[in-house]
Amino acid sequence: MSGPATPRDAGPLTGGAAGHDGAAVAAAGAAAPRPHADRRPMRPAVALLRKDLLLERRSPEAIPAMLLFSVTTFVLFHFGLGRDTVSGQLAAGVLTVTILFAAILGINRLFVSEQEEGGFDGVLLAPIDRTALFVAKAAALFSFLALVEVATVAAFALLLLGPSPWPALPGLILILALLDGALALVGTLVSALAIRTRARDLIVPIVALPLLVPALIAAARGAAPLLAAGGAGSIPTKWLAMLALYDLVFGLLAYAVFDFLLED
Amino acid sequence: MDATPAIELRGLGRRHGERWALDDVSVSVPAGATLVVFGPNGAGKSTLLRVLATLLRPHAGDATVLGEALPAREWAVRGKVGLLAHEALLYRDLTARENLRFHARLHRIAQARVEELLERMQLAGRADDPVRTLSKGLLQRVAVCRAVLHDPPLLLLDEPRANLDPAAAELIEPLIGRGSGRTRVVTSHDPAGGLAEADLALGLRDGRVALSARSGEVDAAAVEELYR
Repeated sequence: MSGPATPRDAGPLTGGAAGHDGAAVAAAGAAAPRPHADRRPMRPAVALLRKDLLLERRSPEAIPAMLLFSVTTFVLFHFGLGRDTVSGQLAAGVLTVTILFAAILGINRLFVSEQEEGGFDGVLLAPIDRTALFVAKAAALFSFLALVEVATVAAFALLLLGPSPWPALPGLILILALLDGALALVGTLVSALAIRTRARDLIVPIVALPLLVPALIAAARGAAPLLAAGGAGSIPTKWLAMLALYDLVFGLLAYAVFDFLLED
Repeated sequence: MDATPAIELRGLGRRHGERWALDDVSVSVPAGATLVVFGPNGAGKSTLLRVLATLLRPHAGDATVLGEALPAREWAVRGKVGLLAHEALLYRDLTARENLRFHARLHRIAQARVEELLERMQLAGRADDPVRTLSKGLLQRVAVCRAVLHDPPLLLLDEPRANLDPAAAELIEPLIGRGSGRTRVVTSHDPAGGLAEADLALGLRDGRVALSARSGEVDAAAVEELYR
């Protein structure tokens, strides 16, 4: 019978104890370049996006929740404001704030399927640029928001909006697309940040809402003339440009930091 | 068996919060060899596998896997490791075929490989059922398909035969057993069974190495001591 051997025995399995050297490990990780096994993120991004859309189609979670929340909020505004119709800045504020809060539900669920369903580690083991995961998740959230808004804007026009929505529609689509871009970019970043924490449901609104204030201001101010009582005015280009700049800045920021958010 | 180490750990440490889940672990595994890791629950076996898989970063010491230093070159290790964990790492609402095709796309593997594995694992009849409807044994077979889909040179197997009946265990043997020719790190709670398939044995207790030996130099009684 053999007795237990120890690493100090310099037995066949050991190369000698190096002791704890966390600084050396950290330095090695920080100093090395961060190349990737596959620098073409689009193909895996498409595979990841297809998987997310398939999962949402098979067991809908985010889209019904966001939709129900939006319509319920319009009903609450209807009674809370004590008004049958709204227009101008108030209408733009009600619409964009409702979309923002509905988006928080989707952001909260964005990485949950990865964690709860156990597939996340499988994705992390694949030789792909992790930017692909960001692109896929942001695209999925953008798609969910766009789908929800088709019904949400219709419900808003029926339940609350005073002026006819039709003249405002092209401009509104442009503003909401840019707002969705902001929500998707920031939402994906914050969701990735929160997913490994126990207080995920708290962290998403606490971190995302302040970050999204500039986008909300720009979207609400940009949409206000479109929803004016006297008929749709022109879109203020200043607010459109601000939304586009916001999307660009957070797109670049996400590209730079997303990899680090996924590290344990 | 190639003498070049596929895995070389020197003083490896990994914390969970303030607690060292792995503490000063050193081991060298030649390419093509099987290292069986024993230890009671919470000893650090799964943490060791996750570090080797690049899912957790070491907090101390040196780790080299397939000739690449971790964490500096962890990107070069991904795609060369097959991990069979306690969780299947599959999406429950997707079918077995959809899950495997998804992973095949990520690994740039031909879809024909998916069909080949489904056939070999005798899963073709259930391949279009959502994996949440599969029994644990069938789920484990799908997980084995996922782990070997990209033909990795290194397999990390966390109690790979759990939930499998003898026939299913025999079925997966050519893919993840000794005959697969891959370097393997296998966790086990079965001293006799584990030693039978081991070239090297490593025993962990509270994250530290309590036993390390070639399989012929240690017997089941010594391994059982780890659990007392």
